[in-house]
Amino acid sequence: MNERTAASATLPASVGATLELLARGDYVADRSLATAVYLALTLRRPLFLEGEAGVGKTEIAKVLATALGRQLIRLQCYEGLDVASAVYEWNYARQMIEIRLAEAGQEGRDTVEEEIFSERFLIKRPLLQALEPALGGAPVLLIDELDRTDEPFEAYLLEVLSDFQVTIPEIGTVKAAEPPIVVITSNRTREIHDALKRRCFYYWVDYPDAKRELEILKVKAPGAAAALSREVVGFVQKLRGADLFKLPGVAETIDWAHALMQLDVLTLTPEAINDTLGVLLKYQDDIAKIQGSEALRLLEQVKAELAAAQ
Amino acid sequence: MSGHLLANLMHFARTLRAAGLPIGPGKVLAAAEAVQAVGIADRQDFYWTLHAVFVNRRDQLPLFDQAFHIFWRNPRLLEKMLSLVLPPLPSEGLPQGEEMMRRLAEAMHAGENGAGGEALPDEIELDAAMTFSDRELLREMDFEKMSLEELAQAKAALKRMRLPELAVPTRRFRPDPAGARADMRATLRAALRAGGLLALRRKRRQTRPPPLVILCDISGSMNRYSRIFLHFMHAVTNDRDRVHTFLFGTRLTNVTRYLRHKDVDVALDRVAGAVADWSGGTRIGQCLAEFNRRWSRRVLGQGAVVLFISDGLDRDAGDGLGKEMDRLHKSCRRLIWLNPLLRYAAFEPKSLGMRAILPHVDEFRPVHSLASLDDLAAQLNRPAPRRLEAAAAWRKPVARAAEERMHA
Repeated sequence: MNERTAASATLPASVGATLELLARGDYVADRSLATAVYLALTLRRPLFLEGEAGVGKTEIAKVLATALGRQLIRLQCYEGLDVASAVYEWNYARQMIEIRLAEAGQEGRDTVEEEIFSERFLIKRPLLQALEPALGGAPVLLIDELDRTDEPFEAYLLEVLSDFQVTIPEIGTVKAAEPPIVVITSNRTREIHDALKRRCFYYWVDYPDAKRELEILKVKAPGAAAALSREVVGFVQKLRGADLFKLPGVAETIDWAHALMQLDVLTLTPEAINDTLGVLLKYQDDIAKIQGSEALRLLEQVKAELAAAQ
Repeated sequence: MSGHLLANLMHFARTLRAAGLPIGPGKVLAAAEAVQAVGIADRQDFYWTLHAVFVNRRDQLPLFDQAFHIFWRNPRLLEKMLSLVLPPLPSEGLPQGEEMMRRLAEAMHAGENGAGGEALPDEIELDAAMTFSDRELLREMDFEKMSLEELAQAKAALKRMRLPELAVPTRRFRPDPAGARADMRATLRAALRAGGLLALRRKRRQTRPPPLVILCDISGSMNRYSRIFLHFMHAVTNDRDRVHTFLFGTRLTNVTRYLRHKDVDVALDRVAGAVADWSGGTRIGQCLAEFNRRWSRRVLGQGAVVLFISDGLDRDAGDGLGKEMDRLHKSCRRLIWLNPLLRYAAFEPKSLGMRAILPHVDEFRPVHSLASLDDLAAQLNRPAPRRLEAAAAWRKPVARAAEERMHA
């Protein structure tokens, strides 16, 4: 057992081992994805994951953290994200108190200056935290939905990600002894600049094919009957071929399987689909389009195909 | 790594570069490193290793895929094929240079012939040549009724036109002595330098213009206008960042890249080359559907303002148009419909297309003369009114007028 934990903390030595590592974290990955992950881990460069919402981009970082026994540090991006909330901030209230106390105590100015800009008053935000040594090795830094932030922050990130260091004017430069494992995700609501992508290993996370999705469902919704799982996957795959505004992702497939299980559905029926369609499709137009006769048609297709396969 | 493989890697990178992927020498080194890390025992792994290094956009994948399969079977073959199939990559500077040379030569020639010393219509000259009333006349004149010369003058005026910044507040701050918020970071740093009393520094919210997306109709009925509007779009594109321009008739074309060219004639030439459906029919609904599916999430992300330029005359008679318009309206900050037909005082939205569009726009404005474009600039400068209020202001009169005519 002890040996096992020790082994899980070290980095995988081959693409195959990476695949196993991800599988240990309940993540069913393509070999292509495992290759990109392996490269990022071995060559210590960020992994840049792009893809539609709900295909499991964020999950990869989480799985890596648990499987490697590392700490996960997450930086959720939003428009206007700045250094104060991404890197560090001074604790002004405490600094003020310290100054008042120093005035009362008649200390020299130089000592006060040294004191109030010391690490004691520094509030560390995700990027700075990620540069610090942590238990079990360098942490996994997840920079989520980078496309939500604006270009200036991207430019700043460029510096951090190439040298893994941050400069705080009052203290000096903080450099990571061991660079963190960086995973960047983007939903592609805008293009990320090439300069940043150039430094990363790129991977487009696509919707899985039916076989892979069935495997994922087996791992993520083990309680679902095999027949139901096959029908669910078949139906979702059919939906992805339809003319919809937002196609359902893997996350939606898993949610749907759970929802159907909660409703004690053993086999897909048009009623069950109509009742739970809101789990799969998130736009009213899409729901209106599929609900009713279209759902029935797709379901009949799926059942016919499954019957033919057996 | 054996020298042979390294040389082949370099060759492969070169081939990809020739095919248009942005690959520098740094990437070749990275590729060598990556291949060393993964090994070359498995062809599949080798493929994905190179993929992780060389590809950094989804649309590059098919190109990489083809190149990989051909190259790693027979490197020579691909090189030969590429030289056959691909035109030699235009080095960006050259054709432009030629273009400039040509026009320069033409201009010089005109001067020599004595045909007109003012062959180079200089902006300042133009201004001086026109009296105030001339300019007024031109400002109010319908683009459709202008003579060629007047059109040229109008284009020159458009070239000078600047849209206001129409900035919206962002979540970032900048120092400002009169700002509403205390800037603690700056205050403490300053106090340390000066000592003594703490002088409070202040900051205020930074503002930034939102992205601008222009959707312009280039069908037959808009013919005269759309050509003028292209000059307007070119001026706007080169004036500010985050402008995206799409043209549509029967299909949607993204012309943003072409309009970025500084020289208006070259830019318009390239646009003309890229668009296949000039002055044809209109399928507004279909084009909007394509925009909504392929582009809206990528260009409307950060609170964009959309200028929708169209006369609303739709060949598909508004089929599915209302739905797509509604989706567009819900995905942007502000949707302004610019319609050249609105110049007629007695205009009423009769066509099915117009009636489908009308309920889904925030503002509805004429756009047929320089004056109306100026008005647009002024309008954009004001903060956007709240959605329903803004729409009610013009929707009611239009509806009432239509009703009165029905009863009459």
